[in-house]
Amino acid sequence: MNLPVIDARGLACPEPVVLTQQAHRQHKQFAVLVDNKVAVQNIARFCQNRGLALTVTEENGEYRLEIAAK
Amino acid sequence: METSIKMTKLAKCAGCGAKVGAGTLSALLGGLPVRRDERLLVGYDTSDDASVYRISDDLVLVQTVDFFPPIVDDPYTFGQIAAANALSDIFAMGAEAKLAMNVLCVSPQMDDEAVRELLRGGYEKAYEAGAIITGGHTIQSEEPKYGLSVSGFAHPDRFLRNCSAQPGDVLLLTKPLGIGVTTTAARAGLADPDAYRQAVEWMRTLNKAARDIMMRFEVHSCTDVTGFALLGHGCEMAEGSGVTIELYNSRIPMLPGALELARDGLLPEGMYRNRAFAESRVWADPALELAAQDLLYDPQTSGGLLIAAAPQDAEALLRALNGSIPCAAAIGQAVPRGDWAVVVKP
Repeated sequence: MNLPVIDARGLACPEPVVLTQQAHRQHKQFAVLVDNKVAVQNIARFCQNRGLALTVTEENGEYRLEIAAK
Repeated sequence: METSIKMTKLAKCAGCGAKVGAGTLSALLGGLPVRRDERLLVGYDTSDDASVYRISDDLVLVQTVDFFPPIVDDPYTFGQIAAANALSDIFAMGAEAKLAMNVLCVSPQMDDEAVRELLRGGYEKAYEAGAIITGGHTIQSEEPKYGLSVSGFAHPDRFLRNCSAQPGDVLLLTKPLGIGVTTTAARAGLADPDAYRQAVEWMRTLNKAARDIMMRFEVHSCTDVTGFALLGHGCEMAEGSGVTIELYNSRIPMLPGALELARDGLLPEGMYRNRAFAESRVWADPALELAAQDLLYDPQTSGGLLIAAAPQDAEALLRALNGSIPCAAAIGQAVPRGDWAVVVKP
């Protein structure tokens, strides 16, 4: 299955977490791409608060966050 | 008056969140030669809010400068907030603000009306503070910025450092926290309108009333809570004073809804900078959830005064403060120095 991917690279906070919130309303499972640590940490807090599973992979300073309803 | 430009859209980071981190700053300043002058009573050494220079046996000059990019969309309100924030450093020293100069960066996207409105807000706050505006400097810049350079005066025995708290002192805070998360959420349209309105009101409220009341009591130390957050400024006060500051999280005034915004990760970048800088010196009770801790690292724009009051005067001071500032609260105390600069209890 192809996950919907939200590209939030190049965006400053709070944009990445806002896009994540919007995606969460539409999809049970999706991925977010970000390029800064602050966005990763903010999205991690969002997932924790909403009871979502989060997997983070890093490559060359870019992060892929896979998010799924538990 | 309404203008069409949304000021925050012209800025990359907002308000005191734009401040260079405390750790970065001391590394940058580290190699520079420091010249001594016996009349300089407060300089770089203690990261205080303003410098203090003795002019005569009964007069010191207190100087500060502060400016930042827009934290709100309306130019007039931004002018008020930036000026209130700059003037606050003078009040945090227990001094009276007297002379102010505009520091202004005008963006090509601002029309004349927006610039006039911005300055009108700044002038209004300077006058309310008892200062006069004597000039300034304006340059072109992609990102607008505004603030003031302020000079104030005090008696040499009657100004307040940020590094002179004593064990037993009661710590008081005069504005609620949560300004950083609330304004961050507002940029995304996710802040509760009433909470945001409160945040704006607090940001443009001068710390003059709190200062005037504080000076009638025995106070040992004071600072204002701004970009480095309660815990950053708290660490500076604790370490400069050689004490440990114990805070009770449940007593700390907080904007409504701020905790839920923090839980949802609507945290400004400055929060992470402040955390990285201060957290090795802070012990927070593990019973405190992460979001509650985050709020104590949330950068405040034009935040309140953190006052270390002598124990015998603290209750009367709080009562007097509450007369005009109902949310002012006793949030903890200074104790003899232990392992940590700041200890946060539930």
